[in-house]
Amino acid sequence: MNSIILNAATRLLVALLLLFSVFMLLRGHNLPGGGFIGGLIGATGFVLHAIAMGAQATRDTLRHEPQDIAMIGLGIALASGVFAVFFGEAFFTGQWWFAGADPSDPDDKGLPISSVLFFDIGVYLVVFGSILTLVLALEEEV
Amino acid sequence: MAKSDAVVPRVYGGPAGWISVAIPAGIFAYLLQFLAPVAAGTPVTLGFDWVGSLDVRLSVLIDGLSLTFALLISGIGTLVTLYSTKYLGNHPEYPRFVLFLMLFMIGMLGLVLADNLIALFVFWEITTISSYLLIGFSSDEAKSRRSALQALLVTGTGGLAFLAGVILLGTAAGSFELSVILTQGDAIRAHPHYVPIVILFLAGAFTKSAQFPFHFWLPNAMAAPTPVSAYLHSATMVKGGVYLMARMNPALGSTDLWFWTLVIAGGFTTVFASLLAIRQTDIKQVLAYTTLMALGALTMFIGAGTPAAITGMMTFLVVHSLYKAALFLMIGIVDHETGTREVDQLRGLGRKMPLTFLGGAIAGLSMAGIPPLVGFIGKEFLYKAGLDLDRGMIWVTGTIFAASVLMFVAAGISVLRPFTGKLSNTPQAPHEGPWAMWIGPLILGCLSLGFGLFPDTIEAWLVAPGTWAVYGDYSYAVDLYLFREVNAAFVLSLVTFATGALLYAVHRPLRDRLGRIIEANPVKFDAGWDRTLDGLKALAAWQTNILQSGVLQRYIFTVFATLAVGVGATIWLKDALDFTVDWNDALAGLQFKHWAVVLFVTAGAVLTAITSSRMTAIVALGVVGIGVALIFIIFSAPDVAITQLLVEVLVVVLVAIAMLKLPLLGLARDRKRRPVHAALAVTIGAMVTMVMVGVLQGELDRRLTDFFETASWTEAYGRNIVNVILVDFRAIDTFGEIGVVVIAALSAYALLRGTRYERPESKLEDRAQ
Repeated sequence: MNSIILNAATRLLVALLLLFSVFMLLRGHNLPGGGFIGGLIGATGFVLHAIAMGAQATRDTLRHEPQDIAMIGLGIALASGVFAVFFGEAFFTGQWWFAGADPSDPDDKGLPISSVLFFDIGVYLVVFGSILTLVLALEEEV
Repeated sequence: MAKSDAVVPRVYGGPAGWISVAIPAGIFAYLLQFLAPVAAGTPVTLGFDWVGSLDVRLSVLIDGLSLTFALLISGIGTLVTLYSTKYLGNHPEYPRFVLFLMLFMIGMLGLVLADNLIALFVFWEITTISSYLLIGFSSDEAKSRRSALQALLVTGTGGLAFLAGVILLGTAAGSFELSVILTQGDAIRAHPHYVPIVILFLAGAFTKSAQFPFHFWLPNAMAAPTPVSAYLHSATMVKGGVYLMARMNPALGSTDLWFWTLVIAGGFTTVFASLLAIRQTDIKQVLAYTTLMALGALTMFIGAGTPAAITGMMTFLVVHSLYKAALFLMIGIVDHETGTREVDQLRGLGRKMPLTFLGGAIAGLSMAGIPPLVGFIGKEFLYKAGLDLDRGMIWVTGTIFAASVLMFVAAGISVLRPFTGKLSNTPQAPHEGPWAMWIGPLILGCLSLGFGLFPDTIEAWLVAPGTWAVYGDYSYAVDLYLFREVNAAFVLSLVTFATGALLYAVHRPLRDRLGRIIEANPVKFDAGWDRTLDGLKALAAWQTNILQSGVLQRYIFTVFATLAVGVGATIWLKDALDFTVDWNDALAGLQFKHWAVVLFVTAGAVLTAITSSRMTAIVALGVVGIGVALIFIIFSAPDVAITQLLVEVLVVVLVAIAMLKLPLLGLARDRKRRPVHAALAVTIGAMVTMVMVGVLQGELDRRLTDFFETASWTEAYGRNIVNVILVDFRAIDTFGEIGVVVIAALSAYALLRGTRYERPESKLEDRAQ
């Protein structure tokens, strides 16, 4: 599709949607959002890009094949599950580290970093990569 | 083999050769330490938990039976791998061959040593799969591939039956540990599942050990390289079934069912196979059929079940492994050095290949059952056991006599004829093989002679402990000897020699006569196998054509019609619509925004159904989806609403792109189906509505909701319950789902890419290059 308006808007929108998708991913544990939604939003951004600029341009912008991104996401998700094994716990038991938390205050969790977050990042990448795999292949097919 | 020498550098063989010899040799040496405790009558058990929650243990039971098998497997394995370094060392795929052979050996050792039935089954299947790979090793030949597949399907099907038997037996005995099961014979025999257990176990054992009527795969399996035949199809794999029957004898044996099934099937296989052996002209095929005969005899004597019969069985087991492996290796050398295995082309090789002849001759004498070879002892004890039986004496003795006579003839055909007489013309000029090849038959031959002269050695180490284990009684005294007195068995032996010599003298006309009789027989198992497979394929093609028409509309129709029938039947049978709804009360709570959403969704649905533009239909369907998302928002489920919204957007994009590609189908044809489609759509809609209304009538069980509301913060440090469930409480489920997402994306990608290369443009591009 060759539209100047769509082209110009897409440049802005892709950046915004990507930023928004990461925002949704990170806040997901406490507020509406999460890896699945984040991945969908991120993918929507690139779907828009593909419609405006063509599939090949999107592939160049992505730099990595979308199916590779999906596989890497699956790998991260698996690794975050296996991580618990090093602490002698069952597969997929969440491991937490509360950076800078005050131990005397039970409600102060500081900056929580956890294997669960990495699992969510994996979900994000899987959804993102899978949808783009499909959409780009379909786009090129037509 | 030689043809590939020029292309493939020798270095490909690498260290595979000596590693493959070192492994079985090491295992053999390691196992020798158990001889003393086992001979003293104390089985050794080792092991650790594997899948504890399912009562699956990786445990080892070393008693007389398993140790005898394990020593044969590792010992003959050493000789066979040594032999292979020369036989196949130049083959470009030699390392692959070694890998398969080692895999097989591990599977076989695991099979005979496992104390847990589940573990035993796993190893059983490893031998099935690795034998498939080994039989099909020459994968460029259609015959090898067919034989490999046949062996896999026959033994694999039997393996499934065996698995079902294992599960039944495990529940009947309350344990999967053999050491426990074997002590509960009386309880198992009285159990109501006893008959199915026996049938399922025997289905596994008969297919593995090629008992009639599953015998046809074994001679075909001779498509494998000779070391494989020597190893798998004489000494080890096919004896897996015999091992299983012998192993289970204390638990399942000594009933009429067990006795008659094994004695009749085993006896029939014995005679049938010996007759077929005599009519072959390829010496390897002669040996293949005599292996069938041996397996039949072993089966028959396990079934007979008296202590004397078990002693005979254990002796014959060792005897047969020694001579049969030696003879297979011998014919491999002959084939390798002369280029043929046809009995009519081979004569007088003795002077050219003296060491091969020596090893083969001793093994052949043992096969013929001539004293002082251990084969004589084996045959004598089978006769003795047969003559002493209370029931079935005539059948058992008669079949084993007939088989022994024919064995005598077969031994003559496979050793006496090729090596004696005047030297014949062969495709290659015959000469002695390398030491790594003739050493195997020679060692095995020497063992046959040594054990014959000193029967006390195998009696103490192998036969007596084995008999105790199979018979389940450690007090029975086994006594092997070469000759003590002239008795009925000895006389029968002399008659065997006389008849055998007579038949050998006329074996060529006899062979032709037999050939004609067998040709005339209308029942052909191998051809029947082909017909069965063809029938199966035709059935598969027929049902695929019906179910997979390739028309998308029909697929969707099938899916929804099935849903309608399934849900409808459930509602009807369970009388699920037995409730009353207070519609006034339900409608009173609706506000303007609710009505607006209902209107929105209905408008979208109606537009989808009536529009003639495909694009409009897709967008209208999107409107329905967004209406549903609005419902989620109204009832405060923001996560679900966002997901629904995003998925809806992406679905519209995806479907729009796909639809642009699809051709427009004839609308006229479509029109005729519309009433049917409409009826189905209305049915589904009504049904889903009824189910929803019905669900809302009941009380909501809040236990799970309450749990997640409290635990999601205290245990998983998250306030968004939906997300916490997804990534923490039910992370494994999510992991499975994202796995499915990736697989779906990759499959769709492969499908789309697969079709792309068939387009005319890309073909033009190919031509331009």
